[in-house]
Amino acid sequence: MAANPMSQFDVYRIGPEIKVGAFDISFTNASLFMIISTVSILLVFNFGSKRNSVLPNKMQLLAELSYTFVAKMISDTAGSKAKPYFAFIFSLFMFVLFCNMFGMIPYTFTVTSHIIVTFILASFIFIGVTIIGFIKHGFGYLKLFVPSGVPAVLLPLIVVIEIISYLSRPISLSVRLFANMMAGHTMMKVFGGFVISLGLVGGWLPLSFSVALTGLEILVAFLQAYVFAILTCIYLNDALNLHH
Amino acid sequence: MIKKIFFQSIFFGFLFFKGAFAAESGGMPQLNPEFWISQIFWLILTFGTMYVVLSKFILPKISNNLESRKSQILENIEAAEKQREDSEAKLKEYDEIILKSKSEAKTMFNQTREKVLKDIMAKKEVLDQQIDDEINKAEKEIEVLRVSAPDKINKIAIETSSELLEKLIGSGVNSSSISAIVDDLSKRNGDKYYGN
Repeated sequence: MAANPMSQFDVYRIGPEIKVGAFDISFTNASLFMIISTVSILLVFNFGSKRNSVLPNKMQLLAELSYTFVAKMISDTAGSKAKPYFAFIFSLFMFVLFCNMFGMIPYTFTVTSHIIVTFILASFIFIGVTIIGFIKHGFGYLKLFVPSGVPAVLLPLIVVIEIISYLSRPISLSVRLFANMMAGHTMMKVFGGFVISLGLVGGWLPLSFSVALTGLEILVAFLQAYVFAILTCIYLNDALNLHH
Repeated sequence: MIKKIFFQSIFFGFLFFKGAFAAESGGMPQLNPEFWISQIFWLILTFGTMYVVLSKFILPKISNNLESRKSQILENIEAAEKQREDSEAKLKEYDEIILKSKSEAKTMFNQTREKVLKDIMAKKEVLDQQIDDEINKAEKEIEVLRVSAPDKINKIAIETSSELLEKLIGSGVNSSSISAIVDDLSKRNGDKYYGN
């Protein structure tokens, strides 16, 4: 198992096989880490909001700093109209961040390194943003595909490009997160394998590399969660404040 | 040459890895759809639960905490500002009182000084008057003395000169001629000594 750097992404069943109709919804290691992430998020923020003292303790400070961080991110990118969607973007950011961070612990499973998970999240955002856009602007939302100030000759081409770029949003959003997580974890596994195969004599170089990569991957884990959330905000901004 | 070897090694390394993957499993586990439905189901379940709990219970509490802290801090700042203004007003009042009492003290001092000066002047005038009177009196006495002094001197001079002449000559000399000479002399000398 250890030799293959891709085996860390294997999903396997924990417990019995559960089937609803034709669908297999068995409890897997992916489900386990989704539950671990959500439960730790809920615990952290529950303890962070329990007491309200003027001088906050560590948990409260953590919860309030995250709250203001996400709130500022949303108001900076999508304006004040995006306030009703704060809870969703906050949950999204925290879920992706905690899944990424739990994946950094050795022998754990990274939920966000699976294309199906990120794709479901991204397509949910895509569909939701599109629905919000049509509810807010009616068919005027289609003006998103017609940028102002473009010569009439170029318009058909531009509209086609805009539609393709709009439709590729969920794909780019999901593949960005999934590929970053997968590539980082694979690379760490490969360098870890080199440490073993080169032994005491030559293993020090890949080991130091591995240490540096761990730091980099923790940064990437945070950054990708941030990018995921901020791109959601930008898409939401397009739907809420139509100007093109 | 080195470049060629480098690229070739990369190429062969790639082939080797690909072969290794193909041998052990069918590529990326992510693309194996066996557990996709399960993952979607558990993702929706966990994420949905988390979203509901966060948005209904936890986030409003955090927002409430932040708001109440903010308002409390604002209140405290307001109270501090008010107290500062109060103390400033009191300081002003205090300054005014000090200034007022200072000017009062100054006027009092000036009044007393004038009064004292007036007293001194009055006393000085009285004293001056007395001194002037005494000087006048003394001057008058001196004048009287001065007027009477030459006569007495002349008389003494006549007596002494007549006695001297008697002793020198042995016989009495006409005192009237001596007195005439003495008068004449004293008049001359008097012009010299007493002339003013």
